[in-house]
Amino acid sequence: MPWDEGLVNSLVYDRPDPSEGRVVGYGQAINEALALALHDDASVFVLGQGVDDPSAMFGTTRGLQERFGRHRVFDTPLSEESMMGVSCGAAMNGMRPVYMHNRPDFVLLAFNQLVTHAAKFHFMDNGQTSVPMVVWAAIGRGWGSGAQHSQAIQGLLLGVPGLKIVMPSTPYDAKGLLLSAILDNNPVCVFEHRWLMRKDGVVPEGFYRVPIGKAICRRPGRDVTLVGASHAIELALQAATRLAAEGIEAEIIDLRTIKPLDEETILESLRKTGRLVVVDTAWMKGGVCAEVGCLAAERGFAALRAPVARVGLPDIPTPAGHALEQFYYPDAALIASTAIDVVRHA
Amino acid sequence: MADVGVRYPYRGQGIRGFEAFARAHHPDMLRMLFRSMLRIRRIEEEIERRYREDEMKTPIHLVIGQEAAAVGCAAALRQDDLVYTSHRTHGAYLAKGGDLKAMLCEMHCRLNGCAGSRGGSMHLIDKRAGVAGTSAIVGGAVPIATGAALAAQMKGEDRVVVVFLGDATTEEGVTSESLNFAALKQVPIVFFCENNFYSVQSPLATRQPERDLCTWAAAHRIPATRVDGMNVLAVYQAATEAVAQARSGGGPTFIEAPVYRFRAHGGAGDDSATGYRAEGERQAWESVCPVAMFAEHLLRLRVLDNEAVSALERTIAAEIAEAFAFALASPLPSRDDLMRYVYAD
Repeated sequence: MPWDEGLVNSLVYDRPDPSEGRVVGYGQAINEALALALHDDASVFVLGQGVDDPSAMFGTTRGLQERFGRHRVFDTPLSEESMMGVSCGAAMNGMRPVYMHNRPDFVLLAFNQLVTHAAKFHFMDNGQTSVPMVVWAAIGRGWGSGAQHSQAIQGLLLGVPGLKIVMPSTPYDAKGLLLSAILDNNPVCVFEHRWLMRKDGVVPEGFYRVPIGKAICRRPGRDVTLVGASHAIELALQAATRLAAEGIEAEIIDLRTIKPLDEETILESLRKTGRLVVVDTAWMKGGVCAEVGCLAAERGFAALRAPVARVGLPDIPTPAGHALEQFYYPDAALIASTAIDVVRHA
Repeated sequence: MADVGVRYPYRGQGIRGFEAFARAHHPDMLRMLFRSMLRIRRIEEEIERRYREDEMKTPIHLVIGQEAAAVGCAAALRQDDLVYTSHRTHGAYLAKGGDLKAMLCEMHCRLNGCAGSRGGSMHLIDKRAGVAGTSAIVGGAVPIATGAALAAQMKGEDRVVVVFLGDATTEEGVTSESLNFAALKQVPIVFFCENNFYSVQSPLATRQPERDLCTWAAAHRIPATRVDGMNVLAVYQAATEAVAQARSGGGPTFIEAPVYRFRAHGGAGDDSATGYRAEGERQAWESVCPVAMFAEHLLRLRVLDNEAVSALERTIAAEIAEAFAFALASPLPSRDDLMRYVYAD
């Protein structure tokens, strides 16, 4: 079994109900979005290290080069900063690049072009240029990924004006959000999670969009609000099942987009439950946990019946070894116990 | 302070060898080149003269001494060709046809500046003229220009992209990455390196081993040529060949043009007296001033006479005076303007 395939294949997800529609895998949903965008718009192109590899970037790019040609789907030199700049320059001149990375860690090599160039040009030149580009990356976890192959860097980018960041949690959203990202006239980061790549879901054929900037309620509940995105929603849903057994009904808000943040949907749920637990795949400090927690303090203070709690990564780099890793990542049990503490707060 | 001596002498041959080249071109073309260079010089001098009045609340990076590079290169381009630049924007912007009033409004932080007062002097833009973008990060514009060239190639357009860079830009990893990609994809781009030997106050010798920048560029399998950056005709000739090659699908070229900035890295005035470079070095380069050298050449060839030069000076002075007055009379942005253009619709 190559590298982490065994681990990811061993993950168990709820099977979707086929009577609700066509069931496809997460990777295929992304593949369909890319194929539709490439087909519908000649300005779309896909680049990245290994997009034409046999493994096809978790299957997301499978068959695209054969179908759309080497000039529109191509492998790149290991030059992250330059390729980010090339994407930016192409986007400023009528193209819609989708620049794909196996891991967000590699995006860090390109922060100068992403943060200081792509995110700034529209503002700097008074709206005369737009930068419609997508930066896609899948967060790694487990099997020795360690400190340099598992980073969830969304928190580092939350404070950068001009960027949008989406983090899908279902195959349906992965397709619909990616199509929205490609059609958006701004640089949009799409952070996927490696552990969702084997998740199946009901996904319509053909074109549809999931709007950027709108959260969705995944589970209604009266006692506590769990807010997060991406794989954290999977864990929150598992936690909600445990909480229900304790008589606690958790409401789950899937942010879908973490920048710009759908503040109203978060606050609406908070006003209903009075309690907030923020869950994220990244570090708690300075990221989604911190930002949503601050939102509750600033705009939801009157609704709070207990202190806000955060469930994310501790302020520690990711250990590579399996044993240490078990102490590092939060799981459904930790989310559930944290929610119980919040609900039972005196 | 010890005199550091002349580290970087002028190694060009002057302009005399270009009589045949000049005669092969229409006098109007030669006068246009001269007018463009003289105009940039006078604009820069007026910006410098007024800078301490603090009406222009923006950093400035004057191109005095480097006019031949911008003008010779831009003259080889069509209006729909694109130029990208570093922080030292004024020369390429004006040479490519950027609007003077919009530039001065930008430098005076006015609402009707070419970037609505969001860019300042380091982000001059005039899309109509093909002044497509800049980066104030050394090397930042290089991959972006490469991406613009890739877009032109993918769309089947025959436009060419030129990116102006400096000697220090060759030290940034992203530049090497971009040359590699440009060579790989054979995109229509010219990497135009104005080697002025100093990055702020750091001489080339403290930043790079003794080497030939063209050899470095050629190692990326990009044709590379050195041309006298003080000689507008030499620059024009080299740029024309490089642009023709790019336009016909022949891929990128690297041009190194040794030049000298007669002023400090930023701000008004020269800072040689601080000791990082010799006054004598600057003076030696001033003796081959690109504007004066070309003027003498055209006078010798009788393409210009003193009366024509005087008339040109008067026209340029009037244009500059009017543009400054226009900028100073232009409106400042309001609080509402701050909120615009974070995101594109």
